[in-house]
Amino acid sequence: MTKIARIAYRNLLRYSRRTMLTSMLVIIGIVAVLLFIAIAGSFKQLMVGQITDSMLGHLQVHRKGYVASIDNSPLNLNLKAKQVAKVKAVLKGNSSVSSFSTRLKFGGMLSNFTETANIRLNGINPEMEFQTVPLLSQRVKGKNGTNAAPTLNQGELWIPETLAKGLKLKIGMQVVLVATNQDGSVNGVPLLVSGIVGAMTGPGGRDGYLNIKDAYQLLRIKGEEVNEIAIRLSSLDVVNPVISNLKEQLSAVKNKNGKPVFEIHTWEKLSPFSNIAKIIDLLTLFVKIILIAIVLVSIMNVMLMAVYERIREIGTIAAIGTSPGKIRALFLMEGLFLGFFGAVVGSIISLGIIQFLNWKSLTMSFGRQDTLILTPTIAISEVIITALIVIGISALASLQPAIKASNLEPVEALRHF
Amino acid sequence: MSLVEINNLSKTYQMGEVTISALKDVSLEIEEGTFVSVVGPSGSGKSTLLNLIGVLDQPSSGSIKVANQEVGRLNNKERANFRGDNLGFVFQNFNLIPVLTVYENVEYPLLMVKNEDSGSQREHINGLLDAVGVLEQQSKRPSQISGGQMQRVAVARALVTRPKLVIADEPTANLDHDTAYKIINLMKEMKEKWNTTFIFSTHDPKIIGEAEIIFTLEDGMIKNREDRRIQ
Repeated sequence: MTKIARIAYRNLLRYSRRTMLTSMLVIIGIVAVLLFIAIAGSFKQLMVGQITDSMLGHLQVHRKGYVASIDNSPLNLNLKAKQVAKVKAVLKGNSSVSSFSTRLKFGGMLSNFTETANIRLNGINPEMEFQTVPLLSQRVKGKNGTNAAPTLNQGELWIPETLAKGLKLKIGMQVVLVATNQDGSVNGVPLLVSGIVGAMTGPGGRDGYLNIKDAYQLLRIKGEEVNEIAIRLSSLDVVNPVISNLKEQLSAVKNKNGKPVFEIHTWEKLSPFSNIAKIIDLLTLFVKIILIAIVLVSIMNVMLMAVYERIREIGTIAAIGTSPGKIRALFLMEGLFLGFFGAVVGSIISLGIIQFLNWKSLTMSFGRQDTLILTPTIAISEVIITALIVIGISALASLQPAIKASNLEPVEALRHF
Repeated sequence: MSLVEINNLSKTYQMGEVTISALKDVSLEIEEGTFVSVVGPSGSGKSTLLNLIGVLDQPSSGSIKVANQEVGRLNNKERANFRGDNLGFVFQNFNLIPVLTVYENVEYPLLMVKNEDSGSQREHINGLLDAVGVLEQQSKRPSQISGGQMQRVAVARALVTRPKLVIADEPTANLDHDTAYKIINLMKEMKEKWNTTFIFSTHDPKIIGEAEIIFTLEDGMIKNREDRRIQ
């Protein structure tokens, strides 16, 4: 086999320009694919991280039916104190749950005493919230545009930056928040703007925040009543087993009609970005298919040319007794070498470019977020799989020319000029 | 003892709707260790006969035995194995493998056909290269040596597996007269040294004269068999 490999290698060097051109095509293809996977993957990872770590958490528990009417933030679908306690007990018993945060979401009116605007609000327990969505504090600008300290004391309000601009509100200004409670009566509380929250893509991306105690006061709620429990897990990889486990435990809690009280969703079900993530996965698949097509066509073309140009040589080696299997192996090996060389060089170049992009700090904007820093990375397994696909396709592309070469009748091949 | 036994051998080709008879009912015997020439005008069937004896082609009818084996109905793989085990070839255009050196071209049948270890055969290969006069060229590629030297390398390659029979179809057609004469003499020397049977075709009357047995073909039939050993 080493002899066949040596002859195959020399045959490739014989047509060095053609070999280089074909290899370049394979190299460009593999570089394009690996860079796409790295950049698109890092964008996906970044966005998922932003969404889960600054807004949604990995999982959310609501009262059954809440998510279907989430746009009007209904207060009549709040979880009562006993139900919250049940969920808390289940969550504390799951080792994959790192933290959770209880939220009371509602809609209200915000007034700067001269203008009034609608606002969606999250009443939060700051300590629990910052543990569950640790990137939230990075979105909040405090005094002089600096990031606010991760506190949200009673009497303070964080407002979305779009609303701050519209109502010309600045840190330290007083506003009045008005909301309708479950009984239909309207109440208002004066609050101090202590933070401006940067906008984010997706649900909750333009919400304001206040201390849950202020929310209880405004809505005249007594006891620990919430309508959302955001959950942070030890890793995104455990989302599926944890949700199955939680569903199993929480489905045991039924209402008077014997129907489940709770519903539990992953971040993917709650954020439209999950569709973009799916599109990225689909695009990655298409890019891989294009790579396969490039490798298949270019290597098959070059190997067919090699067979046609070397018919008499094939006749000679067949005449002196080389078996059809060895002739087949010779041409397969040539195709494999082309693919192998392209895959190795392409992978090395790709890894170099990825390092360079990380060193140069690639920034991009998405929606209202304009300083996202991409850190393209690629798993070695992904590089190996892509390289193996290229090598496998190279072998496949060489198969037909190799079979053609091995099936040539020596007497006819020797007559060829 | 007969190395080649041919009985009522015919070969026809289909060219569109026309059937061409390249060989018609040919019967002959070739003894082991003889130096045989097949002569005749173009289209007389020389190459067809050599291709059939060389197990490169299959007959339309009749039987052909080489080294006591009926070779007319072997499949592709069996034919390849038979050629590798029993035959050597010298071609008109030398047909050396351009990417291999002179040494590697001679070594090729041992490694790729006989699956023999190259190290153990180094002495044998060098001996052959020396015998055909190209030992000093062993590191050169075919493109770096002359036509005569290429044909010498081809003779060495044909003999390296110690075949019973070497087929040479017009081995001197692309060489000048002096070189052609040297190549035929070289083949004759090799025949004496290794007791290998050589069958070659040629047009050159002077070279024909070097053969021990001459078969003259005309219109696909044996017109004459001349045994010059008797004279």
